[in-house]
Amino acid sequence: MEMTGAQILMAVLKEEAVDTVFGFPGGAVIDIYDELVKTDIRHILVRHEQGAVHAADGYARASGKAGVCLVTSGPGATNTVTGVATAYMDSIPMVIITGQVPTHLIGNDAFQEVDIVGITRPCTKHNYLVKSVEDLARTMREAFFLARSGRPGPVLVDIPKDVANQTAVFKPQEEIKIKSYQPNYRPNMKQLKKIVGLVKEARRPLLFGGGGVILSGAAEAFTTFARQTQTPVTTTLMGLGAFPGSDPLWLGMIGMHGTYRANMSTGACDLLIAIGVRFDDRVTGKIETFARDAQIVHIDIDPTSIRKNVGVAIPVVGDCREALNELNRMIAADNQNRFEARHREWLEQIAAWKEQHRMAYDQGTETIKPQFVIDKLFELTQGKAIITTEVGQNQMWAAQFYHFDGPRQFITSGGLGTMGFGLPAAIGAKAAQPEHTVIDIAGDGSIQMNIQEMATAMQSCLPVKVLILNNGYLGMVRQWQELFYEKRYACTTMDHQPDFVKLAEAFGAVGLRATRPEEVIPVLEEGLACEVPVIMDFVVEKEESVYPMVPAGANITEMLLV
Amino acid sequence: MQEDKHVITMLVDNEPGVLSRVVGLFSGRGFNIESLCVAETVTPGISRITIVTKANPPVVEQIEKQLNKLINVIKVRDLTREASVMREMALICVRASPEHRAEILRIVDIFRCKVIDVGLEHYIIEVTGDEGKMTALLNLLRPMGIKKIARTGTIALLREPK
Repeated sequence: MEMTGAQILMAVLKEEAVDTVFGFPGGAVIDIYDELVKTDIRHILVRHEQGAVHAADGYARASGKAGVCLVTSGPGATNTVTGVATAYMDSIPMVIITGQVPTHLIGNDAFQEVDIVGITRPCTKHNYLVKSVEDLARTMREAFFLARSGRPGPVLVDIPKDVANQTAVFKPQEEIKIKSYQPNYRPNMKQLKKIVGLVKEARRPLLFGGGGVILSGAAEAFTTFARQTQTPVTTTLMGLGAFPGSDPLWLGMIGMHGTYRANMSTGACDLLIAIGVRFDDRVTGKIETFARDAQIVHIDIDPTSIRKNVGVAIPVVGDCREALNELNRMIAADNQNRFEARHREWLEQIAAWKEQHRMAYDQGTETIKPQFVIDKLFELTQGKAIITTEVGQNQMWAAQFYHFDGPRQFITSGGLGTMGFGLPAAIGAKAAQPEHTVIDIAGDGSIQMNIQEMATAMQSCLPVKVLILNNGYLGMVRQWQELFYEKRYACTTMDHQPDFVKLAEAFGAVGLRATRPEEVIPVLEEGLACEVPVIMDFVVEKEESVYPMVPAGANITEMLLV
Repeated sequence: MQEDKHVITMLVDNEPGVLSRVVGLFSGRGFNIESLCVAETVTPGISRITIVTKANPPVVEQIEKQLNKLINVIKVRDLTREASVMREMALICVRASPEHRAEILRIVDIFRCKVIDVGLEHYIIEVTGDEGKMTALLNLLRPMGIKKIARTGTIALLREPK
């Protein structure tokens, strides 16, 4: 059937089961928008293209489906770049559709022209400029296939205005095969057998999971493995929720702001089973001494992750879920009690570390402690909310004091560390999981980076909740300045802040504020009960810091404690 | 760790932007490129890129893996320790004053090069060979005065089984 490029695009979006698109129109995509409104695909109109791309990202993280974002050429496209890089660093499946000037104008410095394919080459899994309408359907299908398969990631498709208008014969559903791209899902069984051997021998094993466990849908198998082998578990920031935060084998997060016992265990373990992680510097600290007594086993779908930062005794390239299922099958025959007996001393040592330094704070009677707010939020939501975060202290306290029992519950910009991520991501997550309570845990600094998206939440009737830990500082940088720059608070004070309650009201949302400890619970209760978007402004202790803290480049076991 | 020279050859889709993906990968990750050659193969739509790089073993492993990860890269091979043939080509414009003309031609003969342009003051010499031959020839010609030089960088192929 003869169809226009814009119609073909819609047909492929339907084939790919896309139900929601986050976007912002403009001249180069006006024809695409003209077709989009004729479909039943929900369009969420954002207030800034960065909001669109983060919202598509939040949608993808909350649902496991590919997020889709549609913007115009030039500034529309460049405004997505931070969001594209955010998704790339965290391996989030996304398809970003950008308009482009008509093909005959490309290269002429036309109005709203930018080489977005050139700009995003290093921060996409792959990208395309569609030069002919004949290629459009195949390119879009490839984009979805690449975004979702292997190690997922964002794929950008740049569509010139004339391509959207020209017609071509549309052939429904064709199988996509790319000869130069064949991700290896099936792990090598010989390697897995060797891992089983090490697991049986180990006295002090540590299971260490990352975002890959969640992305591959392996959280259940991961949990089974830990319980079956009685192995204590830590995860990266991206891995939170891969293992129940309420389980006795749970140690908490590893890394720069990891728990004392998780970091100490890393230093002392004799076998580190790393699954779906990439040994980021925020996790390893000083790389030369990281897990130095351990043999490291590393399972990951991406061969480049293996031996990039640390040497590995047994590398396995494959899907985390398939690998864990095989490991579980091989180990199932073994006696769980045997593991328990073998690891008893190790687990006792870990329990002692836990006693030595608990995650704690002292909530006095005068000012609100930020940790207390998260603690109470956790209780009042029974740990069931979807939490997004901005970046900085708010993010770390959320990771430390909200305990996640399931995957896709914690949505945060881990790799790129993008301030301004949390609110639009919450909007995307709410669009994907409307029945869940979705809360953006924010700081007063980062919330202002994409605060305009409150209007998006209002217009699209997506009642997200924003919880601001308001300390009047760019708190994480201030903390570094306090600890490592002799308290020279260079440009980290935010002396003038908007009145967040009035700001919420200006958007038509609800604004609430707590300034004293006894107001925290009532404000949370009221905010959680709201059926419209709400901003809860918690004026907290100004100079509270996140602990434990491993100074950048120090050994992971050398923590600054409260 | 010891940095060694590696000759990496790869087949890629002959599409716009492929070369910049490869080069961008090297610059973005701080890998080094000593030389780079690219041209079509006999298969339509497929080109071969040959890159000479200097790196220690873990970095070379990363280079190969990262190249393989690029969607348009079909196959990557490090030919350094494989049975392979390697050549580069150079055009050398050398000053040819009367007292040196005979000497230059003798060197050209010994090295089995060709003179492809002659003038009152110069020869342009075409030479192909491996890196060692290039260095040796340049060392001999340098005293006469090299006016200009254009080099291709290394191209390489795996030897077929005998």
